[in-house]
Amino acid sequence: MQIEKKEFKPLIVAFCCNWCSYAGADLAGSGRMSYPAEVKIIRVPCSCRVNPAFILRAFQRGADGVILCGCHPGDCHYSTGNYYARRRMTLLFGMLDYLGIEKERTRVEWVSAAEGAKFASVMNDFVSKIVSLGENKRLEDLRCKEQK
Amino acid sequence: MNEKNQEIAQELERISGTDAKKCMRCGKCSATCPAYGEMDYMPHEFVYMAEKGQIEKLMESDAFYRCMSCFACVERCPRQVEPTNIIEAVRLLKIRQQGQNHLKPEQIPALLDEDLPQQAIVSAFRKYSK
Amino acid sequence: MQRIGVFVCWCGSNIAGTVDVHAVAEALKNEPGVVFSTDYQYMCSEAGQKIIKDAVAEHRLTGVVVCSCSPRMHEATFRKTAQAAGLNPYMVEIANIREQCSWIHKDMPEGTEKAIILGKAAIAKVNLNVPLQAGESPVTKRALVIGGGIAGIQTALDIADAGFEVDIVEKEPTIGGKMAQLDKTFPTLDCAACILTPKMVDAAQHEKITIYSYSEVEEVKGFVGNFDVKIKKKARYVKPELCTGCGLCTEKCPQKKVPNQFNLGMDNRRAIYIPFAQAVPKIATIDADYCTMLKTGKCGVCSKVCTAKAIDYTQKDEYVQEKYGAIVVATGFNPIKPDKFGEYSYNKSKDVVTSLEYERLMNAAGPTAGTLLRPSDGKHPHTIVFVQCVGSRDTRSCGKEYCSKICCMYTAKHAMLTREKYPDTEVYVFYIDVRTPGKGFDEFYRRAVEKYGVHYIKGMVGKVTPQGDQLLVQASDLIAGEQMTINADMVVLATAIEPDKSARPLATMLTASMDTNDFFTEAHPKLRPVESPTAGVFLSGVCQGPKDIPETVAQAGAAAGKVIGLLCKDKLLGNPCVASSDEMLCNGCSSCEKVCPYGAITYSDKEFRIAGKTVVRRVASVNPAVCQGCGACTVACPSGAMDLKGFSNRQIMSEVDAICK
Repeated sequence: MQIEKKEFKPLIVAFCCNWCSYAGADLAGSGRMSYPAEVKIIRVPCSCRVNPAFILRAFQRGADGVILCGCHPGDCHYSTGNYYARRRMTLLFGMLDYLGIEKERTRVEWVSAAEGAKFASVMNDFVSKIVSLGENKRLEDLRCKEQK
Repeated sequence: MNEKNQEIAQELERISGTDAKKCMRCGKCSATCPAYGEMDYMPHEFVYMAEKGQIEKLMESDAFYRCMSCFACVERCPRQVEPTNIIEAVRLLKIRQQGQNHLKPEQIPALLDEDLPQQAIVSAFRKYSK
Repeated sequence: MQRIGVFVCWCGSNIAGTVDVHAVAEALKNEPGVVFSTDYQYMCSEAGQKIIKDAVAEHRLTGVVVCSCSPRMHEATFRKTAQAAGLNPYMVEIANIREQCSWIHKDMPEGTEKAIILGKAAIAKVNLNVPLQAGESPVTKRALVIGGGIAGIQTALDIADAGFEVDIVEKEPTIGGKMAQLDKTFPTLDCAACILTPKMVDAAQHEKITIYSYSEVEEVKGFVGNFDVKIKKKARYVKPELCTGCGLCTEKCPQKKVPNQFNLGMDNRRAIYIPFAQAVPKIATIDADYCTMLKTGKCGVCSKVCTAKAIDYTQKDEYVQEKYGAIVVATGFNPIKPDKFGEYSYNKSKDVVTSLEYERLMNAAGPTAGTLLRPSDGKHPHTIVFVQCVGSRDTRSCGKEYCSKICCMYTAKHAMLTREKYPDTEVYVFYIDVRTPGKGFDEFYRRAVEKYGVHYIKGMVGKVTPQGDQLLVQASDLIAGEQMTINADMVVLATAIEPDKSARPLATMLTASMDTNDFFTEAHPKLRPVESPTAGVFLSGVCQGPKDIPETVAQAGAAAGKVIGLLCKDKLLGNPCVASSDEMLCNGCSSCEKVCPYGAITYSDKEFRIAGKTVVRRVASVNPAVCQGCGACTVACPSGAMDLKGFSNRQIMSEVDAICK
C-alpha cells in the first residue's frame, strides 16, 4: 500500500467587518490581487460582532487559522466596535495560546476599505505562516472528524 | 542622515530622553534664553540639528557649555521637547569622549572666586569635567 | 424547512472564466433545503432577475442564494427582486464568488471548489434566516436647537423656513453668542452686528421659531424622531411678557459695580441688565448674585421705576417639557483663560489682553466706545504686540493640542484695523505659521503686511515683563536668527478656543460621543460631517471643531438640511438587522448597556409567570429605532440572551460549520 503524501492545504476562516475589511477584500478582488483560495471570508457587521465562540467553533471543526479583520482604530463605523474586538481577542488569543493553539494561528488585522493590497498581503502572509505551522490538531473535535 | 549621524542621534535621544521630532519650530525656547548672546548655536538650533542628526557640529562648538540649565525653555516649550535636556545630552556625549574635558582640574583653582559657594564648585566639576 | 433556490451568476466571463458555474450549480443542488439550482449569464440583468422571480413562484421558494458579485454591489438589487416576487427581502443571501473568488484565483478547480464552499455557507445561513421587518416609528415634526449663536440661529432659520417648528434654547439672556461680541469680520470687514442682528430679529419674529433665552436643557429622553426634552427656564425676575426693554431699570439700579460679562469684565454694569442694545429678546434680567433686593430684601428700585410692572422678585425656575423629532447641538466655544501661561503676564498687567477683549476694545459699543485705549491708564497705545498660538498647538496640560483655526485670520484683522485707524501705531505679529486657507484669506493676510505695514515676525514670544507703564516683550526672530526685545504698550494674546463647558454634560444627556478635547464627534469625518453618530442628533458650528463664521454658517445650513430631511418623513424605517434580547435568558447584568455606543439598550422591571408564580425581573430591551446593529452587545452578554437579527449567533456558527467541513 502506498500512502500518497498530499500537499497541506490549510483551512482558514476570515471574519471581516462589513464596512472596512470586507470592502478591502472586495477591492483586492477588483484589483486582481491574488491570495490563497484557502481563505474563506465570513461577513459580519462589525468586528465586535465576532463572538469568541465562533473562533473556538472554527478550531473545533478543524480550521487551521482564524483571522479577524476590522476597521482601523478610530475608524469604526460604529465608533468603538473595533476596540471591543481588540480587547476580547487579546484575552481569547492568550487563552488559546495557553491551550496550545499557537499564537500565530490567530490574528487581528486592521484593513480599511481602501487597503486592497494590504488585505491581499496580510492573507498571503497569514496563510504562509499557517502552512509553516502545519495542521491544527489541538482543538479539533474528533467527533466532528468522524462525520466527514 | 548617514549611518554614523543616525547612531549619534539615537544615542542623543537615549541620553536626553526627549524626542526632537516633536518640535514645531516656534522658537519660543530661544526667545527668552538668558545665555542667548553667548551661544553660537541657540536652543532651537540644538533641537533642529539634533533632529537632522548634525550633532557633531554641535559638539564642536562650545555653545552647550554656555547653557545655564535654567530650564526656562523646558518650562515654556509648547510641545514638551525639553531643549535643555538635548543640550545637556550633547555635553555628555562630548565629555564621554576620552580627553575631551572642557576644563582640567588643575585649571580650576585659578578660576575660583572666593565668594563662590562650595556647592557651585562641586557642580561645576561635574558639569565641566569627566 | 426552507425551500431554497440557488442562482449562480456567470458575470459574463468574470466568474465563468475561473469558476465552473455549472459544476457549482450542480454541487449546490444537493445541499439541505435546496430545491432549485441554476446558473445564468447575468443574474442582475432584467432577464436574470426574471429567472429568480419565476423560480420563486414555480418552486414556492422561501429563501434565495445568489452566487455572484459582492453583496456591497448587488445585495440591494436581489433583495428588491425577492420582494417583487413576494419574498421577504431579508431571505436573500449573497455568496461572493467574484471579488473574493474568481477574480483572485487563477486555477479553475481551485476556484470552483472555493465557490462551492462559499455557496454552501450562504445556503447554511439562509436555512436559518427569518423574515425581518424594519421597525417603524413616528416623527415629531419639531426641532430643538441648543445654543443661540450664529450657528444655532442659522440652523433654526433654515429649518423654520422649510415650515417646521423650531425651538432655540440659549443659556444667556440673549441670543447672538460670540459673534455679537465681535467688531468686524474677516475677510470683508463688515461689522459683525450689522450682519448678525438682522438674523437675530428674523429668528425672534419668525412664526415657527420659539426662543427660550436664559434657559438650559435639563434632561433628554427618547430617540430619533421622538425626543422628550425638559428645558429649565432660569428665573430672570422679570416677566418677559410685560417687559418692554425700555432699559430704565438698568439705568436706575443702584448696584453699579457688577463686572460686565459682555465686555469681558472690562467695565461695569448694573445688577439688572440687558446685555447689549440689540439683545434678542430685549428683556431685562436681574443678576441674582449682585441684586441687593434678592440678597437682603432691601432696595426694589427697579420695581419702582418699571412702568410696565414687569419686575417679579418671587419668580422661580420654570420647567418646560417638549417633544422633538431632531436635536441640533450648537453650543459653540469660549476662548481659554491665559492665566496659566505665566510667561505672558496676563494676570500681572491689564495691558495684556486676549483677542476677544481686544475685539471689545475696538468695538464702538465696547467699554471704550470704539477708541483704542489701554485698559490700565486709558492712554493710546503706540506699540502693540500680537502673540499667536497662545495655548493652541500646545501639548502641555494648560494648552490645547489642536490648531484653533481662526486666530491667524482675526489677528491679521486686528493688526490691519489697528494700522488703519491709528497709523502711528507700530504693530508686531509673532507667528509660528500663518495658516490662511480660505477664500480671500491669504490675500487678506498679505494685505495686512504689504498695504498696512504690519510687522510679521516668525518666532514666538518667550516672555512678557511689565516694566513701568510698558511691557518688555522678549521674542525670537527665527528668520534673522536673533533674540529681540520690544517695548510694547499692549500685548494681545490670540488664545486657543475650547468647546463650551456645557457641552460635556449635554453630550452625556444625548449619548452623543465626544473626542478628548470635548468637541462632538461626527458620524463620519468626511462623509457625514454634520451628524452625530447618535441618530437624530446633529452638529452645527464650533461644538464639532474650530471653525470661522462662513464655515459655521455653511455647517448650520447643512445640519438644517439634514434635520429637514428627517422631519419631512412621517415615519422612520429602521434597519431591521438590530439586536434583540431574549427576556427569558436575560439576567439583568447591564453588560450590554455599557458597550452600546448608541444608548439603545434600556433596562426595566418586568413581570414574568414562571412555574405558576409571578416574578419581577430586571431585563434588557433594545430600542430598534436607535440600534444600528453593530453587535457589540451580543458578545458582551454573558447569558447569551442578546442576539443580532440577520447575523444571529446560529447563522454565523452555521457559516463557520459550512466552511470548515
